[in-house]
Amino acid sequence: MRVNFTVNGRPQEADDVWEGESLLYVLRERLGLPGSKNACEQGECGSCTVRLDGVPVCSCLVAAGQVQDRDVVTVEGLADYAKQRDRVTSGGTALDEARQWAARGTDSQTGEGGELSPIQRAFIDAGAVQCGFCTPGLLVAADEMLERNPDPSDADIREALSGNLCRCTGYEKIMDAVRLAAARQGEEV
Amino acid sequence: MDFLRPASWEEALAAKAEHPTAVPIAGGTDVMVEINFDHRRPEYLLDLNRIGDLYEWEVGDDSVRLGASVPYTKIMEHLRAELPGLALASHTVASPQIRNRGGVGGNLGTASPAGDAHPALLAAGAEVEAASVRGTRLIPIDDFYTGVKRNALAPDELIRAIRIKKADGPQQYSKVGTRNAMVIAVCAFGLALHPGTRTVRTGIGSAAPTPVRARTAEDFLNAALDEGGFWDNGKIITPSVAKQFADLCAAACNPIDDIRGTANYRRHAVGVMARRTLTWTWESYRGTRRAACQNGGAA
Repeated sequence: MRVNFTVNGRPQEADDVWEGESLLYVLRERLGLPGSKNACEQGECGSCTVRLDGVPVCSCLVAAGQVQDRDVVTVEGLADYAKQRDRVTSGGTALDEARQWAARGTDSQTGEGGELSPIQRAFIDAGAVQCGFCTPGLLVAADEMLERNPDPSDADIREALSGNLCRCTGYEKIMDAVRLAAARQGEEV
Repeated sequence: MDFLRPASWEEALAAKAEHPTAVPIAGGTDVMVEINFDHRRPEYLLDLNRIGDLYEWEVGDDSVRLGASVPYTKIMEHLRAELPGLALASHTVASPQIRNRGGVGGNLGTASPAGDAHPALLAAGAEVEAASVRGTRLIPIDDFYTGVKRNALAPDELIRAIRIKKADGPQQYSKVGTRNAMVIAVCAFGLALHPGTRTVRTGIGSAAPTPVRARTAEDFLNAALDEGGFWDNGKIITPSVAKQFADLCAAACNPIDDIRGTANYRRHAVGVMARRTLTWTWESYRGTRRAACQNGGAA
């Protein structure tokens, strides 16, 4: 079957999709977006977390056919997504300009030399990345929490990230990174 | 495999009637796991994501009509006052990502004895609104679970909504697992006080082939509370009554030994949860009674 949907602000079409295929498979294997990681395939690890119409979900548990006409943001589009959000919330963007937004992060080379979102910057600055496998899912989940809750308590952070497993860091540096991003976000206002 | 994408509820019912083996998929948090692991290759997947009605709820005078696909996150955010037991249970489901997709309709469709919503539904009192091209019927929650991962739905039926009684007293929910997230229940317990009818209802999860109520324990407690005038005098529950209630709840279990826990452990833990949830809810009931008396006195 064919599936048409929007990824990181850009319309995409996936062809010959098997009916039982997951959104994660379509992103990684058909659209060349390997940022979302494939690990447990049962919603336990959160490394495939993307935003579906703004809501964080495990892309391994979304059937490809279910995203028809819907809007997906992956880690590749996070920097542009955050930038756009900043413009809209600071009131500096005309509606027309906002409508024209399309993230450029649409291939696997995106990270190289590209700009980073504040949460990505904070993960690097706090040393929250070790092997990096869980990082994309954590970034998407943490970014969404900071959008909803700009001043999170430690308990809020732990709960928001409770669906994302990391086997390297012991989570302390990840906690540091999210606190850092929240603090920087607060300074800007 | 065929992927059916009905745009309306009527189309969904027609599709299910035409293809009774079609597997409905909403949040996908159960179905996709089975497909990803090749445990299941349904002939038809029936996508319910496009049917907006399933994501809505209505709060009535006595009950809430909860659309089958309302995600757990929404129940936690919007229905904590009306459905406190179910809101607590929803909060124990997996992780934020899963709670954003999964809902009670899927929990009922899967009918796993470990489903988190079941004890809360049993304790609150609920009816499952099952629909087909033949019409709609209401299945009492007590008759819904028919075996391990089996339910009372006919092959051509879909779950439209769940009608859950609005709380008329304190409710509690308790679940045993190895951490506070991403846990399938070792066992779980729901308890609801119904001061209106002066009854207590329970629900036990993951400790029998199906979710069950501890009916003997309920009967015992209802009689003990009645005889002692507890609903009126608001005394603390006598420890011997609480213990007897806990023992009867443990006795209502019919658990198995598995990787998550032994049968003995489950029985023991259900007893502990029964005593605790009874104490929590009863203390809360006493608190609201006292507050009501004081307000009445001041007026």
